Amino acid sequence: MINLRIDTRASDVAVSPSENGQSDVILMTRNLSFWYGNTLALESIDSDIRPREVTAIIGPSGCGKSTYLRCFNRMNELIPGARIDGSIIFRNKDINDRSVDPVEVRRQVGMVFQKPNPFPKSIYDNVAYGPRVNGYKGDMDEAVETSLKRAALWDEVKDDLKKSGLALSGGQQQRLCIARALAVQPDVLLMDEPCSALDPIATTRIEDLIRELREQLTIIIVTHNMQQAARISDRTAFFTVAESGAGTLVEFNETQKLFTTPADERTEAYITGRFG
Amino acid sequence: MDNVKSLPRAQPAAVTAANEPDGFQFAGSRRDSLRRKLVERSVHAVLFLCAVISILTTTGIVITLLGETIQFFGEVPIVDFLTGTRWTPLFASKSFGVLPLVNGTIVVALVAIVVAVPIGLLTAIFLSEFAPARLRGIVKPVLEVLAGIPTVVYGYFALQFVTPILRDIFPQTQIFNVASAGIVMGFMILPMMASISEDALRAVPSDLRQGAYALGATKFEVVSRVVVPGALSGILAAIILSISRAIGETMIVAIAAGLQPQMGFDLLRSMETMTAYIVQVSLGDTPQGGIEFRTIFAVGTLLFVMTLVMNLLSDLLVRRYREAYE
Repeated sequence: MINLRIDTRASDVAVSPSENGQSDVILMTRNLSFWYGNTLALESIDSDIRPREVTAIIGPSGCGKSTYLRCFNRMNELIPGARIDGSIIFRNKDINDRSVDPVEVRRQVGMVFQKPNPFPKSIYDNVAYGPRVNGYKGDMDEAVETSLKRAALWDEVKDDLKKSGLALSGGQQQRLCIARALAVQPDVLLMDEPCSALDPIATTRIEDLIRELREQLTIIIVTHNMQQAARISDRTAFFTVAESGAGTLVEFNETQKLFTTPADERTEAYITGRFG
Repeated sequence: MDNVKSLPRAQPAAVTAANEPDGFQFAGSRRDSLRRKLVERSVHAVLFLCAVISILTTTGIVITLLGETIQFFGEVPIVDFLTGTRWTPLFASKSFGVLPLVNGTIVVALVAIVVAVPIGLLTAIFLSEFAPARLRGIVKPVLEVLAGIPTVVYGYFALQFVTPILRDIFPQTQIFNVASAGIVMGFMILPMMASISEDALRAVPSDLRQGAYALGATKFEVVSRVVVPGALSGILAAIILSISRAIGETMIVAIAAGLQPQMGFDLLRSMETMTAYIVQVSLGDTPQGGIEFRTIFAVGTLLFVMTLVMNLLSDLLVRRYREAYE
C-alpha cells in the first residue's frame, strides 16, 4: 500500500503558486463521470479545488452535488453497482488508482453528513473513534480536547465527556461530528448540507466555525441555501441537471463573481430564483 | 348536547348527517354511514374477542398451575423443594428436592447456548454486513428451514447420530447424555439467535456505518466498533430469548438426555431436565391427584417463572435499545 501522506508532503514543495499567489490546487477532477447502475449521475466534470478555501457546491435537487462530493473520499463505492470514470487527483495522485487504499483517502479527506450521526457512544468515545481506528499513539485526552475546541464545542461539553453523544442538541451533535472528523486531522473536510437539519442559531454557529476552520484546512460544502454559499464560501460551483438527466458543472468561479456577474444564463436563472 | 349523549349509539352519526347542508349530502349516505358503523363495530368486536380468548387461556393455565402448585406446597415445604438435591418423588422413599432437575435444565441450556450464540451471532454479522444479496437470499431460507424442523426429529438426530459420534470419541459416554442433547438443541435455536441478532444489526442506522467509514475505519472496524456495539442490547435480547427457549425445550431432552435426575456438570452422563420430567410423569402410569402427579405442576410453575423472567428481561433490553436511536 502506498502511503499517500508521504506523497503529499513531498508534493507540497513541488506545487507551483498560481497567479493570485495561493498554492495551486489540492483536488482536481478531470472528465469525472459517475454511474449508479446504468444511470449516469455526473457527466464529465472538470474542476479544481484550491487549498485553504471554502468551496460551495450549489444547484437544484438531483444535480449530483452530493455524488460529486462523495467522490472525493470514495464513499460512493460503498453503493453496490456504482461506477466511476475519469480521474480525481489529490495532490498529484489519482485517489481511484488501484494502489490507493480508500481507507487511506478517508483519513485525509474527512466528511460531515447532512443529518448529525454521532455514534451511540460517549462524547469522548465519539471523538476518539477516528484516532483509535487510525492507530493514534499520542495522548488521547489531549486529542479529544483539541478537536472539541476546534469544533467550538469544548466549553459546552467539557464537564460531561462521558455523556452519550445522542443526548446533545441537534446543533451540538453536528459540531460533535465535525470534532470527530477533525480528530483524524484531515487536509480536506467535505460537508454535505451540514446545516439542513438545524435551526437558524445552530446554523450560524456552524457557519462561524467553517470560517474559522478555513484557516487550517480545505472545505468543500454542498448547500441548498444560496445565501449560505454567498456568506461562507470563497468559490462556488453551480451544478445543474443536463437534458440527458445527468448532473453537469455549469459554472465554477469566485463566489462574488458567480453571484454578481454569472457567466452562464442557467446560473443566472438559478441564483435569481427563476428555477430550482 | 346532553340530549345527544342519551340517544342510542348509532343515532349521533345519523343526526349529524341530517344536519349537514344539502350540498354535502350524497344519495343514500345515511344508510351507508349506518352500515359502515355496523361493520366497524363488528370488526372491532371480533378482534377484541380474539384478544380476550388468548388472555383468558393464559389466565386459565396460570390459575390451574398455581392451584395445583399451592396444594403441592401444602404437603411439601417450599424450602425443601427449592433447596433439596434429591429428586425421587416416584420412589418408595420420596424426596422432593428440585435442584437436580434445575441443574440438568441449566447444563443442557448452557451447552446449547455455547453452540448457538457464537455461530448464530457470526452468521447474523455475516448476513447483515458481509453477504452479497444473492448469497443472503440462499442462506436465509436455509436457516428458516432449520427453524421449521420438528423438535422430535432433532431428538432422534441427537440420539441416533450425535451420540454415536460422541461415543466414538469419548467411549465412557452414556447412551443418554447431556452433551448430545445440548449440541443438537444449540442447532435448533441457532436460527432464532441468528435471525433476531440480524434484525438488531440491520436496525443500526446506515448513517452510523457511513460516519465510521468516513473516518477511515475498515469494514472490520465499522462492524466491530460501531455496528455490533450499536446492536448490543438487541443481541443480548436474542441470547436471553435463546436461553429461555433452551430451558423450555422438551422433545430433544426427553429423547436424548435421559431420565436420571442428578447434580453435576459431567456432560457425558445422563441428566433429567424439568421438561423431561414433566413428560415422563404425564405420559407414565402415575395416578392423577396424588402428590407424585402434583409434582409436575410445581415443576411447571418453576419453569414458567424462569422463562417469564427471561422474557421480561429481554423485553427490557429491547426497549432500551430502541430508545437509543430516537
